[in-house]
Amino acid sequence: MNAPHPRPRPPLQRRATPSRYSIWRLLREGLGGHRGWSRAWAKASPRPRYRVVIVGGGGHGLSTAFHLAAEHGITDVAVLERGPLGLGNVGRNTTIIRSNYFHPDNIRFYELSLRLWERLERELNFNAMVSQRGTLNLFHTEAQRDLFTRRANQMRLLGVDAEAVGPAEVRRLVPLADLDNGRYPVLGGFLQRRGGTVRHDAVAWGYARAASAAGVDIVEHCEVKGLAVTHGRVSGVETSGGFIAADTVCLAVAGHSSVLAATAELKLPIESHVLQAFVSEPVKPVLDVVLTYGAGHFYVSQSDKGGLVFGGAIDGYNTYGQRGTLPMAEEVAAAAVTLLPALARLKVLRQWGGVMDMTMDGSPIISKTNIEGLILNGGWCYGGFKAIPAGGLTTAHLIAHGVPHPAAAHLDLGRFAAGCTVDERGIGPFPYLH
Amino acid sequence: MLRIPCPWCGLRDESEFRYRGDATRRRPAAEAGIDAFNAYVYERDNPRDWHSEWWLHVAGCRRLLKVVRHTLTHEIRSVEPGADPQGAERSR
Repeated sequence: MNAPHPRPRPPLQRRATPSRYSIWRLLREGLGGHRGWSRAWAKASPRPRYRVVIVGGGGHGLSTAFHLAAEHGITDVAVLERGPLGLGNVGRNTTIIRSNYFHPDNIRFYELSLRLWERLERELNFNAMVSQRGTLNLFHTEAQRDLFTRRANQMRLLGVDAEAVGPAEVRRLVPLADLDNGRYPVLGGFLQRRGGTVRHDAVAWGYARAASAAGVDIVEHCEVKGLAVTHGRVSGVETSGGFIAADTVCLAVAGHSSVLAATAELKLPIESHVLQAFVSEPVKPVLDVVLTYGAGHFYVSQSDKGGLVFGGAIDGYNTYGQRGTLPMAEEVAAAAVTLLPALARLKVLRQWGGVMDMTMDGSPIISKTNIEGLILNGGWCYGGFKAIPAGGLTTAHLIAHGVPHPAAAHLDLGRFAAGCTVDERGIGPFPYLH
Repeated sequence: MLRIPCPWCGLRDESEFRYRGDATRRRPAAEAGIDAFNAYVYERDNPRDWHSEWWLHVAGCRRLLKVVRHTLTHEIRSVEPGADPQGAERSR
């Protein structure tokens, strides 16, 4: 048998195409001591000019880049990220996916996202640990039950799964919950079985790998300092590594949209707020749905490592500090032990904060701006994670075709001046209350 | 945890206060037009810098305070009695 003939070295490619991940590959690499794995995405250094520059290598930026390449064949694209990938909000959320909204346009948008989550791993050839374990929202009063039932009916009219369940079913699903609390007894729940969780880091890595393989440059440690605008048209971005010219610039920097927009003298209907999240010490499986409390702001799921991942509402005043303050931590902990008294003895392992774009109606923005060539993907409030696939798909559509994707047309910036806000909870223009 | 020096009650914890948003906005004249009202109702500077904002001391003197606070460090530079109820948001 001939010794394997060394193949002529192929001309230096801009990037090595990662080979497919599969069980066979895993076995083969395992036999080789796992020394054969290559980088998941190429470490690109930026070129001086691109057709599209995406600012922000978070979930939405990477998803937009992937969809631009995969669906529109636009690969002259750079994603600029100021740190390493995955350390922004894509790695700071509580990983919940669901489409149980009330406004029909929102239901359609988030349902598109949920359907994309369902095929994400096949599409990206990446294990993102998509787990459709169900999301269960509890209700504690008759008025709340009517509201949730109305929401469930609204969803079912649009062909989305939702069901109301009684206390017996809640007890079966969550044996840990105290249903007979004297003040807030649980009357039932609103269940979306297709909701669940996704491993958030894997979402960033999977999209980055797929986008990079398709030819997108993913540039880490490149901070965008400002937007360059000439005669009302965006011409590029000033970065820590110099100027990069672009025909289209897409902002995907939720939390800091206002800061970058201000460099182009653009004011947005956004305030920045901090949302905290918490992880407990790991315990044996105790909770196999995503559970939300109806008598306070609290949501919890159990990670595969065993830690309970939970959070509550935003701290409630403008901030860019990626940390939280104690009053909200106390409120979340109080809600946690009211609903799940057994948690009282659990220790919190980690606590952190992420900065959110809170919009004036609580709904996101995927839109052109009054600066030609500048596209905004932002205003995700604290629901950006679940929207990553649909946010990227619809933003890519807007960049490629110049018109909004039908599923995201209601998220245009013009809705505020036109009086067509998408205010899910009917709160009004008070971001700190959304 | 913020501690806000209320001119009437002294240094108090943030949990005694209710946030009421950006204190720099001024209601335009009635005939100012849609763009002026859109800017007033919806658009915000949202600076990563010093921010002038309303706080209502709900669990204290129930007065409206105008606080200048840094949105990154949370340092409070000045607190003065809020004399301009016209600019404050009166929701719930």
